[in-house]
Amino acid sequence: MVGQEQSSKGIFLSIDWVTILLYVILIVWGWFSVCGACYDYNNPDLFSWETNSGKQIVWGGTSLVLAAILMLIEKRFYDTAAYVIYGAMMFLLLITIFIAPDTKGSRSWLPIGGSVKIQPAEFAKFAVALALGKLMDKYGFTIRKTKDIGIAIALIILPMLLIIAQKETGSALVYFAFFLMLYREGMTGSLLFTGFACVVYFVVGMKFSEDYIANMPVSIGEFTVLLLAMIFTIGMVWVYCKNLFAVKLMAYICFGGTLLAMIFSLYVIPFNVCYVMLVLCILMIGYIVGLAFYTRLVRYSLIALFAIGSTAFYYITDTLFEHLGDHQRIRIEVLLGMKDDPRGAGYNVNQAKIAIGSGGLFGKGFLNGTQTKLRYVPEQHTDFIFCTVGEEEGFIGSAGVLIVYLFFIWRLIAVAERQTDTMGRVYGYCVLCIFLFHLFINVGMVLGLTPVIGIPLPFFSYGGSSLWGFTLLLFIFLRMDAERNLKQR
Amino acid sequence: MRSHFYEYRKFVLAGIALVIVLCYIVRLAFLQLSDGEYKTRADDNAFFNNVIFPARGVIFDRNGELLVFNQPAYDIMVIMREVSNLDTLDFCKTIGITQKQFDERMALIKDRNKNPGYSTYTQQLFMPQISAQEYGVFQEKLFRFHGFYIRERTIRRYATDHCAHILGDVAEVSQKEVDNDDYYDPGDYIGKQGVERSYEKELRGIKGVQILLRDARGRIQGHYRNGEFDRKPVPGKNLTLSIDAKLQALGERLMEGKMGAIVAIEPKTGEILCMVSAPSYDPHRMEGKQRSSQMMEMQRDPMKPMLNRAISGTYPPGSTFKTSQGLTFLQEGIITSSTAYPCYRGFVTKGMRVGCHGHGSPLPLIPAIATSCNGYFCWGLYHMLSNRKQYKNIQEALTTWKDYMVSMGFGYKLGVDLPGEVRGMIPNADYYDRRLGQWNALSVISIAIGQGEVTLTPLQIANLGATIANRGYYVTPHIVKKIEGGHIADSLTVKHKTKVEKKYYDMVVEGMRKAVLGGTCRSANTSMYEVCGKTGTAQNRGKDHSAFMGFAPKENPKIAIAVYVENGGFGATFGVPIGALMMEQYINGKLSPASEAKATSFQNRHIDYGTRER
Repeated sequence: MVGQEQSSKGIFLSIDWVTILLYVILIVWGWFSVCGACYDYNNPDLFSWETNSGKQIVWGGTSLVLAAILMLIEKRFYDTAAYVIYGAMMFLLLITIFIAPDTKGSRSWLPIGGSVKIQPAEFAKFAVALALGKLMDKYGFTIRKTKDIGIAIALIILPMLLIIAQKETGSALVYFAFFLMLYREGMTGSLLFTGFACVVYFVVGMKFSEDYIANMPVSIGEFTVLLLAMIFTIGMVWVYCKNLFAVKLMAYICFGGTLLAMIFSLYVIPFNVCYVMLVLCILMIGYIVGLAFYTRLVRYSLIALFAIGSTAFYYITDTLFEHLGDHQRIRIEVLLGMKDDPRGAGYNVNQAKIAIGSGGLFGKGFLNGTQTKLRYVPEQHTDFIFCTVGEEEGFIGSAGVLIVYLFFIWRLIAVAERQTDTMGRVYGYCVLCIFLFHLFINVGMVLGLTPVIGIPLPFFSYGGSSLWGFTLLLFIFLRMDAERNLKQR
Repeated sequence: MRSHFYEYRKFVLAGIALVIVLCYIVRLAFLQLSDGEYKTRADDNAFFNNVIFPARGVIFDRNGELLVFNQPAYDIMVIMREVSNLDTLDFCKTIGITQKQFDERMALIKDRNKNPGYSTYTQQLFMPQISAQEYGVFQEKLFRFHGFYIRERTIRRYATDHCAHILGDVAEVSQKEVDNDDYYDPGDYIGKQGVERSYEKELRGIKGVQILLRDARGRIQGHYRNGEFDRKPVPGKNLTLSIDAKLQALGERLMEGKMGAIVAIEPKTGEILCMVSAPSYDPHRMEGKQRSSQMMEMQRDPMKPMLNRAISGTYPPGSTFKTSQGLTFLQEGIITSSTAYPCYRGFVTKGMRVGCHGHGSPLPLIPAIATSCNGYFCWGLYHMLSNRKQYKNIQEALTTWKDYMVSMGFGYKLGVDLPGEVRGMIPNADYYDRRLGQWNALSVISIAIGQGEVTLTPLQIANLGATIANRGYYVTPHIVKKIEGGHIADSLTVKHKTKVEKKYYDMVVEGMRKAVLGGTCRSANTSMYEVCGKTGTAQNRGKDHSAFMGFAPKENPKIAIAVYVENGGFGATFGVPIGALMMEQYINGKLSPASEAKATSFQNRHIDYGTRER
């Protein structure tokens, strides 16, 4: 009994109050933003249940209650029930597809009495994080073992598929955040790098495919992608295989060949240098394949695969792009800044930029924003809430929010790193990676830097589901963290 | 511990977070700390400036009679989104349009190319300026036409049937006017002609504005900062014209069926008492929505009723010009009061002849004016231009002559406060050098009798009358006497002294008095006051123009007048009697019964001008 009492006291002392402080700052700041975004000229009462700002107070208050309750549930419970929770959530996601009413084309909202609806996809994240933690905590789990990482990835992919089936692609993409956690846990960085390379190829290739270098019939997009493919491939051979001879050989031939071709094209007869580069890439791939056979090292084959993918990437996406539906193609073109279409697909982003840009250094002041209040920015209280911050609080305010977020994420990294078991750490990384991903996509889309994917900004966007979902994620972790000292004893 | 092997990766993740946040902060700085472009675009989005139009100033005549006022008109507005269950047939019948017109109008409103501000949430103009009667009927049924509204505006109305050229009119601004003056927005009204145009700035007032907040769908959400930045409209200033409406009405009546102009000026002040241009038109034709069709019709009329001949028409002044010649010769010492020139039915020299009518000969200046002797003034100019003692050459002589003419208000615009004034023509030495090469006094002799290259506007002729009445000066003729809450431009009250001394004017006045007592203007004589006058019979391609220039009374003149009737024949035929009637009307305030009968007879004497383009 005495031990129990001591442990409760110990837990209270071990709670990470820094994180909680940042959490409260973000929630309160978020509430002010919702007030600005939802202010109704005809109903200026910020606390009325009739207004979104009034409701948000309730969501915030209940979140604090939820947080308090979560602090009472011991880690042992999650350890035991992780898979059960995961299974139950997957079941919930599955039936949601069938029973949820159609809301703006998606079937992800479950009505639970009155006007209150919840979105199971927001709550599934913590179940996946728990299951991953449990899985990786298992004795003998090795991330480099194909079977083990296969299971882990399956745990991630399953809810993604279910959520995509609900037509909530945006929420499904959030699950990619778990790959960041896998990276921390030892997944090879080349996978992350491959993902990064794909994005770069896509953006550069698409954006500049119609631009030409100086006086040559050379598409800048095609040229750059091929050049990057060479650089990345040679770099990988250098980093992963440490074969300096091969690196030098490939570098001289590829870059030298390209340079010669360019000089020839510039001063003698203009021709498409990319043909030469393509031949050089194929030569390079052949050489690496040869090395793979010669050395019998798997990594050469993998690099060869990467090189083939990189080389082919531009041509494949270019072809696919031609066959995309108009709607999607325009969205991509607008995002990449290739098309200016302020009334159509670019409307949201354009209005978001106007709202933020009009804020200036200090902003227009609380409740003085005009763009968000007059509904120029669609979804201004949910996905585009950051506009209100930008407009009413200006550069100071919006940069401030980003900096608080940065500290919040850094703090979570520190807390995750001090966990004494794998489950705590894995779960912690899952949580912080989700926050990071949301921040990255949401603010990026408002600023016109990332695609318009409808996911909320944690603690700022209006809505009970997302606020509760993020609170759930965070406080399970904080409770786990509070117990870190107990186990050691 | 495997995990420790990868612990460095926490820095990678922390670094990724840092890079993302830094990129976004740079982007924010780019958006928020650069130029004000986004701020402007945000304001354009959110602020709807609801313009409140001020009442345009009204216009009175010199006796306080109302000439122009404002009347409420009603525009039918529509909010497309709210239109439901419309009984189109009933609607069309109520406002008197056809189903086809209705469909066309609706299509036009919805066409975003032609109506860029289109929104289904805001009021769109369906039909402008329906009349009060139409409004009454429409108003009763309005409750049945969901989505339709009435917007009040004012239209310009005329309380008089006269003064069309003076008053001018208002119409929607042109794109050019919008570009040139920040005050105007498309759809605003602006003075297009007459006083409405020249006093546009005084009449229009200052627009008020309410700054309203407009949401993304164009709906109004309230006042910005509770109307802190709103401005009330300032009404336009009322104008009092120097025109005597009764005199103007008589003038227009007398000029019926004729072409030409009458201008009367109060000599002391330069105030224009009447300015008739014939043919004229009823100013009511320019009211409201019929304006453009009426205007097209008038512009096609070969008689050019839109042209204000009093200031935009130039005519040979004929013999009325002789007075200015006499003054010039006297001042230059070419003649004295006793200098007499011979005239045997004309000016005859070196194979050249300027005809004249029968009168005593030789004769000095005063009877020469009274009998309108051509020979006298031709000799005068001949001696002036040939005087090599006084002037180095003929160029210098003519330049001196020209300076006299200019000092009397000829050859340049007088600067009347109406649009469209022209300068007329006073030839200078340069002109003849270019036109004729070698030339002498005889080549240009006809300018001495107001023919040849000399042309004046009727206003300039009247101003000559005013100058003589004033014995040597004139005040810029002007049409606006008073601006309520303002004052007329200083340039309109300046005294211009001519280059001729008063004592010479007295002699010319004497000649003009003699013309009335026993010369060419006998029919203008009256026992009520002393009239001075000078006829003019100007030769031109067709029948002679009939002109009269005069003033009365001789001492302390109240009115100076010019009458010009195109192709009217002798000055005594139309010019003198019309001038006499006008002076009587102004000085006595009414016409005697005999004069009234005479007026009616002149009203009915029409001149056949044919249909050729003029």
